[in-house]
Amino acid sequence: MTDTARGGAPGGPPGHQPDNGWRKEYWRRNLRLMLVLLTIWFLVSFVCGILLVEQLNQVVVAGFPLGFWFAQQGSIYVFIVLILVYAVRMDRLDDEFGVSERNDDGSRA
Amino acid sequence: MTEIQTWALVFVALSFGVYIFIAWRSRVRETKGFFVAEQNIPAFANGAAVAADWMSAASFISMAGLIAFLGSDGSIYLMGWTGGYVLLALLLAPYLRKWGKFTVPEFVGERFSETVRSVSAVVAIIVSFTYVVGQMAGGGIVFSRFLQVEQGWGVAIAAVVIFAYAVFGGMKGITWTQVAQYTVLIVAYLIPAWAVAQTMTGIAVPQISFGQILAELDAIGQEFGLPVYTEAFTARPMQDVFLVTMALMIGTAGLPHVIIRFYTTKTVRGARYSALWALVFIGLLYTTAPAVGAFTKLNMLQGVQGVSTDALPSWVDSWRATGLVSVAEDSDTITSITNNAGDFAAGQADMFLNNDILVLASPEIAGLPAPIVGLVAAGGLAAAMSTAAGLLLVISSSASHDLYFRYVDHHASEARRLLVSRIAMGLAVLVAIYFGINPPAFVAQVVAFAFGLAASTFFPILLLGIFWKRTTAAGAVSGMLTGLVFTASYMIYTLEVFGTSANEHLLGISPEGIGTLGAVVNFAVTIVVSKLTAPPSHEVQEMVEEIRYPARRAVRATTAD
Repeated sequence: MTDTARGGAPGGPPGHQPDNGWRKEYWRRNLRLMLVLLTIWFLVSFVCGILLVEQLNQVVVAGFPLGFWFAQQGSIYVFIVLILVYAVRMDRLDDEFGVSERNDDGSRA
Repeated sequence: MTEIQTWALVFVALSFGVYIFIAWRSRVRETKGFFVAEQNIPAFANGAAVAADWMSAASFISMAGLIAFLGSDGSIYLMGWTGGYVLLALLLAPYLRKWGKFTVPEFVGERFSETVRSVSAVVAIIVSFTYVVGQMAGGGIVFSRFLQVEQGWGVAIAAVVIFAYAVFGGMKGITWTQVAQYTVLIVAYLIPAWAVAQTMTGIAVPQISFGQILAELDAIGQEFGLPVYTEAFTARPMQDVFLVTMALMIGTAGLPHVIIRFYTTKTVRGARYSALWALVFIGLLYTTAPAVGAFTKLNMLQGVQGVSTDALPSWVDSWRATGLVSVAEDSDTITSITNNAGDFAAGQADMFLNNDILVLASPEIAGLPAPIVGLVAAGGLAAAMSTAAGLLLVISSSASHDLYFRYVDHHASEARRLLVSRIAMGLAVLVAIYFGINPPAFVAQVVAFAFGLAASTFFPILLLGIFWKRTTAAGAVSGMLTGLVFTASYMIYTLEVFGTSANEHLLGISPEGIGTLGAVVNFAVTIVVSKLTAPPSHEVQEMVEEIRYPARRAVRATTAD
């Protein structure tokens, strides 16, 4: 059993040689979202937590030198938010393109 | 038996009882249950299972101590062991779940070739064994410390319990015990941390309050001849911190026992949300660990500073027997401390502290009641056993599903497959017991090498396999092998293993960080060789296309074109 088999909506998929323009668009938007999120991923960890850590350490907030805080706390919080944004945005993208996984009654699987 | 031992026994026995009960409840009759838990695990539970699978004995026992001694550079573990989940969630987990079969080698087999599958299966077994060593040893340490059971017997007892749920329940049993184990380990980690933060700062949220003691910690550390706590690059040069962090991240995303945990969700969407819950659950411990490290270090240093060696705090005596704490015989007062056994033996410090002691002894050092100390024992065991079980599943599935049935027993029936997988699991447990009884010195360090190997072998070919249709079998196999050989050679060059002598690090790059460069080599070789060979078949390209979309397109959404 695969999800492809169970995810199809009533009416079935398009024919054997469907118009695949939507596929390119879906994939392009997925890649764009990924790229933005991975840029932030790199900025908070490798740039703020490592490459610029000494400069940022000049600023102290609530006892934490800022670079040290990014390296030991802040980057982890941002990572969580990044995955949250990805999961939510992909739900919307899947819905918009009609490729979200549905039960037979149309509810989200 | 002391009060602490009694409580430790109570919590360990209770938690083991729960694991055995779950094992009984989740017996499986099919290979789909044994390998991927019937692909029926809700995202929230799967996230907890990923977190327990992921957080090893090293995370629970050693990491806070490592960070306490590395200071700012301890962030390599904090960022490295969490940032990989962003890569998993965005780049691998949803697509591998969509493809939807049993193992990681099986995916590369279908995507590339049968040869790549066999190579991957062997690499998966090697990587997982490197990793399982630390888990079994970690379990043994907990037993020997808290229950006065000899380390070898401790390893054996933990292994028998793992045997029960892993052999009968396979992935299904492992998943649901991991959910229980996550609960045990996080409670055991957070309660002492909250209590310590409350006592030391008046704010029970350690993530916020440890900022208040950093200046004090910087100052007292220097009096003991230790580097400034919050200053970066005192333990490793910048390029090495960068490379180690990256190697741990991409290694995380390439570790088979982590990846297969995403095969067990109901849907592709479930795989994405599993990654989210996993990082939330992991983040709870990982944002607490640096606070535990800082608080306990300050507590310890203040407790022994300038104190005469015959008037040291009681935790020093109670831990001396384990060898995790030593005091130099010719010292009258403690003025210097090290976590390096070699330096201590050479008489360079008055006191030796093993990294593991910071978590194991932190409740005692902070003067918390005995039940909390006992709870830490159950937590440490939960962390070690949950990870060991996940690794053992990879070993058993690679050996049976990816090798044995393909080369030896082609026409095995479903019942026979299940039986052979169980036997493989049983054998893997026995080998793990042997390694656990003859453990290497540093739990966390050994684990770090498994990451380098995963980073330089699996991650690049999985990523290219999913995102670049042109990647060919010849490309993947050459990339993976050159990555592996490159990384392993440098590790052998810089470490004392197999009787070789350790050489100087080249360009300040440590063996933990070399996996990043190994991955770059793998990417480069895979791309070049792929370009030089004929493109993959139409069927393979179609399969890569199909895994990009969670479900078939519904007709009612045509307006989106």
